[in-house]
Amino acid sequence: MKLHEYQAKEYFARYGLPVQKGVVIDRAEQIAGLALRYPVVIKAQVLVGGRGKAGGVRLASTPQEAGERARAILGMDIKGERVARVLVAEAADIEREYYFAFVTDRAAGRVAAIASGEGGVEIETVARTAPEKIVRAEVDPFLGFPAYQARVVGRRLGFAGAALEEFVRIATALYRLYWTEDADLAEINPLALVGGHLLCVDAKLVLDDNALYRHAETPPNEEMTELEAAARRAGLAYVELDGDIAVIGNGAGLVMSTLDLLAHFGGRAANFLDVGGGASAEAMQTALGIVQQKPGVRAVFINIFGGITRCDDVARGIVENPPKVPASIRLTGTNEAQGQQILKDAGIAAGLDPDEGARVAVELARRGARAREAR
Amino acid sequence: MAVIVDAETRLLVQGITGYQGAFHTGLMLEAGTKVVAGVTPGKGGAAVHGVPVFDTVDEAVRATGANACCIFVPARFARDAALEAVAARLDPVVIITEGMPVHDAIEVVAYARQQGVRVLGPNGPGVTTPGQCRVGIMPTHLFKPGPVGIISRSGTLTYEIVAALTRAGLGQSTAVGLGGDPVVGTSFVEALELFNADAGTEAIVLLGEIGGSAEEQAARYIEERVDKPVVAYIAGRTAPPGKRMGHAGAVISGTQGTADHKIQALEAAGARVATLPSGVAALVEARMR
Repeated sequence: MKLHEYQAKEYFARYGLPVQKGVVIDRAEQIAGLALRYPVVIKAQVLVGGRGKAGGVRLASTPQEAGERARAILGMDIKGERVARVLVAEAADIEREYYFAFVTDRAAGRVAAIASGEGGVEIETVARTAPEKIVRAEVDPFLGFPAYQARVVGRRLGFAGAALEEFVRIATALYRLYWTEDADLAEINPLALVGGHLLCVDAKLVLDDNALYRHAETPPNEEMTELEAAARRAGLAYVELDGDIAVIGNGAGLVMSTLDLLAHFGGRAANFLDVGGGASAEAMQTALGIVQQKPGVRAVFINIFGGITRCDDVARGIVENPPKVPASIRLTGTNEAQGQQILKDAGIAAGLDPDEGARVAVELARRGARAREAR
Repeated sequence: MAVIVDAETRLLVQGITGYQGAFHTGLMLEAGTKVVAGVTPGKGGAAVHGVPVFDTVDEAVRATGANACCIFVPARFARDAALEAVAARLDPVVIITEGMPVHDAIEVVAYARQQGVRVLGPNGPGVTTPGQCRVGIMPTHLFKPGPVGIISRSGTLTYEIVAALTRAGLGQSTAVGLGGDPVVGTSFVEALELFNADAGTEAIVLLGEIGGSAEEQAARYIEERVDKPVVAYIAGRTAPPGKRMGHAGAVISGTQGTADHKIQALEAAGARVATLPSGVAALVEARMR
């Protein structure tokens, strides 16, 4: 789960990481009452990247100017995300920018510290254009991130004296936050040198969804749409996409390949719902309810390969809550004959071949689109 | 011949008294697996499908000589169960559990490496050597013994491919499920190494998906070391960047981890990549001729 900058900075402050004084607001009128030293910077709080280029970060030297800026940014659309809040923070006079982060290195199965003297730009860009400027350190999970390791990284970034010790404090505190809060990513970019001291000017924090149960005070997830949140509550994995064919499948890999099948035959998925392993008839019923709620769905494609999941259970779920839009059903695997029979008895057609199922789903969606145009 | 598990495997099931643990213990026994012990803390002395249950792995190993482990415990207890299995040097330790926190997986994988123990998963379907041993949840009836080795990040996609191979008359040496989480115990490269050295495997099928760089590393290894034909399929070609696609590992960010990048790397390494899952069996057949 990705957090907003202001939320990440609340975590940072709790772990003793230096952040600018700032306040988050959702109405421009709130600017007037803020006890902040000017100039200030107004920053859109969105989860997508590239807000600076989109005009979502602006300087202001007076409360009046700050109010105008905030009014312009609030409600702005940044890559499809509406700005509901802005962070108003005291502007910092930056002398130099660095990058520092802890990230889960999937390939190594470990945590890695990543640092660079080229801060303020995306680390992926640095990795492409100047890989020699990136400093990496691997973390042994049983040792954590000892001060000496932080000092080695700090020296390689060119820190010395008091600034080096400041860097060591920041790096070790960030690791403490990263590990204690079950983060996937804890990033400071830029970590800025301001008046001889280090300051976390921007903060990014991504928390592990699987570990949320052991952190009582996690802020609500704003990445999910309403339907996604409803599915999560029902214990189903649902993701929204932007086509017109609703997809239900079992197992993440099979579902992903189902999206590819639709694309191969010229269609596009509106969403997908993974009913998981051992799906019951009830789960199937709920799944059908959720995927068809998305506006603009013209067809449903159900692609089930029964392993632990039994085809008769799936068929019963479909019969209980038959699709309201034209459906293509592929049902094979465990108890296939029973499942097919249940559907047949209810007058619902189903096949065994995934490619044929996808082709039919695409055709049904096309017909739906044509019918709409004809009206 | 086979990799990781075979007729000699003596399996211990952690979480054997739970719903999934008990159900799949029955299916593993039916598949011919020697399930010799179960462990559920607090349930020592019970029996599931005739398999004796112990409170600790230590007791179970002493009493039964178990040498491998399969874990069905809920996510919040999976770390402890896996550490206990690794400490007892059970090998492999197969973690079926879904939803394990990533930091827990990091600790388990690091400890297993220190102890020289192979971990499969978390969030995987397990490993099956048809006719000899099934550890985990792969449906037995889809398989038949033969020369094709399978390495996969995903469960149902594996079943889809195994069923198609069996229909085409191509049996399997072993199917290895790596698991769909960001951090798992065994990589494509390690599994490729095993199959490449296995006399019973003549061709290798690699089922990857978007996210991470494991498939790219596999491609480099294939180019340098693998002398058997490799056929691959990568799921998620049309997935939008930044969305978590069911598997926690399957998120693409930027250009990294895209299906196209993986497909190009594999093809450049000499592997054949199928556009659709239904194309895999034909490519295997062609490459084995």
